[in-house]
Amino acid sequence: MPLLVFVVIVFGVPMLVLLGGTFTKEGTFSTANLTESLQGAYLTALFGSVKLSALVAVLGGVLGTFLAQAVVTSRFRALREAVLTASGVLANFGGVPLAFAWIATLGNSGVVTTTLGLGQHGWSLYNFWGLTLVYLYFSIPLQVLTVVPALDGLRPQWREAAQNNGASTWQFWRYVGIPVLTPALLGGVVLLFGGAFSAYATAQAMVGSTVPLVTLKIADALTGNVLIGHENVALALSLDMIVVAGLVMAVYLPLQRRSARWLR
Amino acid sequence: MASLTPQVTPQVTTQAATGTAPARGGRPRQRGATAARSRVWRGVVLVLAAVYFLVPLIASFVFTVKVPDQGFSLDAYGQIFSAEGFGGSLLLSLGLGVATIVLVLLLTLPAAVAVRLGAPRLRPVLEVVCTLPLVVPPITFVAGISTVLRWGPDYLATTPLYQTIIAVQNPDFPVVLVLAYVVLALPFAYRSLDAGLGAIDVRTLSEAARNLGASWPHVLLRVIIPNMRSAMASASFLTLALVLGEFTIARLLSFETFPNWIYRISGSQAQVSVAVSVFSLLITWLLLLALSSAGARQRSGS
Repeated sequence: MPLLVFVVIVFGVPMLVLLGGTFTKEGTFSTANLTESLQGAYLTALFGSVKLSALVAVLGGVLGTFLAQAVVTSRFRALREAVLTASGVLANFGGVPLAFAWIATLGNSGVVTTTLGLGQHGWSLYNFWGLTLVYLYFSIPLQVLTVVPALDGLRPQWREAAQNNGASTWQFWRYVGIPVLTPALLGGVVLLFGGAFSAYATAQAMVGSTVPLVTLKIADALTGNVLIGHENVALALSLDMIVVAGLVMAVYLPLQRRSARWLR
Repeated sequence: MASLTPQVTPQVTTQAATGTAPARGGRPRQRGATAARSRVWRGVVLVLAAVYFLVPLIASFVFTVKVPDQGFSLDAYGQIFSAEGFGGSLLLSLGLGVATIVLVLLLTLPAAVAVRLGAPRLRPVLEVVCTLPLVVPPITFVAGISTVLRWGPDYLATTPLYQTIIAVQNPDFPVVLVLAYVVLALPFAYRSLDAGLGAIDVRTLSEAARNLGASWPHVLLRVIIPNMRSAMASASFLTLALVLGEFTIARLLSFETFPNWIYRISGSQAQVSVAVSVFSLLITWLLLLALSSAGARQRSGS
C-alpha cells in the first residue's frame, strides 16, 4: 500500500536516523549522548517539562471535569452547545497566537496587568506558573470534550437506583460515578499530558528559554546553539521525549478501549 | 499538543447535532436543598470558566484597538494587510495546506477503503501507523528530519539523491514541509475518513457497483467518494487548520510560514501580531463552525 511506503520513508527514516544519531559520537557507537542528555541542565529541562505537563494535566483534568459536569447537568441546551463549540475551537487554539493573546492580557504591558497595576506586585507571566495558566487555556476545553460523552453515559437511572437504596450524593459519586468515569477521566488527563509535554510554539513565543523545558532545549541544540561535537545531544533528548510520551500513551490506549464500553 | 483534539471533536458535534443527548429536564425532582446547592455550585463554576476564557479574548482585542493618547483605533487590523511578508507567508501556508490535503487524501482514502474491503487483517497495522505521529512529539520528528537533510552535503553529494534533497528544500515551496505535515495530519485524516466509511455500507455499495460492471477505480471515484463528501471535507478542514497553525517544524527548518511570520513581527510590531492572533482565532472559529454545520446538514439530509 502506498500509504505504508510513504510512512516508512517520511516517518521511518528520520526516526531511524534519530536512533542512530543518538548512539553515535564522532563516528563510533557510544551512549555518551544519552548519558549527557540525562545530566545537568538537560535533566533539569526534562524534569521541568514533566512537572509542567503533569501539573497542567491534573489541574486541567479536574477543572475540565467540573466544567463538563456543570454543563451536562444544566437545563439550558443552548449553553451546552455553546460550551461544546467553544471548547472545540479553544482546544485547537494553541501555538503562537495563544501566547500572544495572553501576553496582551497579562504580559508586562498587557491590558489586565496595566489596568490592575499587577506589575508593582511582582506579577510576571513569563515563568513556570504563567505557562501553566496559559497551557490550561487549551487543556481545560480538551478535557471537557473528552469527558462530556462519558458524563452523558452516566444514566440518570443509576443515580435514581442509588437514591432509592438510600445512598447520599457523596456515596453515589464514590461508588458509582467515579468508578465508571475513571477510564475517561484518566484518558483525558493523559491526552492533556501529551499535549503539554510536546508543546513548543507557545513556550517559545512566551518565555524564550527562561523556563527550562525539554522542547526548548532540543530546539536550541538543533539551531546550533550548542558546543561543537554535541549536536547529537538533541537527538538523544528527542529519544528521551519519545520514551516518556510513549510510556504515557501506553497507559492511554487500553484506557480508551475500556471507556469505550461505557459510552455506548 | 492541542492538535490531539480533532479525534474527539466529531463525537461531540455528532451528539450536539443529532440530539441524542439524554433529556435533562425529565429527571425526577431532587430534594430541595440538594437541588439549590447544586444550582449555586454550577453557577459558580460556569461564571469562573467564563471569566477565565473570555478575559484573554477581550483583553487581546482591547490591546489591539487601544492606542496611547488616541483612544480607539482599528489601525492595527489595517496594518496586517500592508505589513511586509503577510501576503507571502499566508500564501505559502495556504499552498502548503492545499498540497497536504491532496496528498493526505490520496494516501489515506484508498488505504481506508482497502482495509475495510480487502484486507481487514491490515487494520491494526494501519491504526498503529496512524497513531504513531501522536506519540512522537513534532519537535523530535523535526530533529530527525533536519539530521537527514544535513546528511545531504556530507554523504550524498555525488548521487542523484542529493538533487532530491536540495529540491525538497526549495524555499519557494518547501516540499519537505508538505511531507512532514502529511505525517502529522494522518491520524486526524484517517480517523475522520474511517468514521465516514463506517457510516455508509461500503461493502454493499461496492459489490453492487461491481455487479453492474463498474471497474475498481470507477467504484472509488463515482460511488464511494460522492458518499464520503462530508468526511472528506472534515478531514480537509482539520488538515488545513493544522497546517495553518504549525510552527515547530517550519521554524526549525527555517521556512517562513504564516505562524513564523507572526512570531517574527511580534518583536517590532506587537499590536499587529496580537491583531493577527485574534484574526486567526476568528478564522479557526469560522472553519470549525462550517465543519460542524456541514456535518449537521449531511445528517439531516440522509
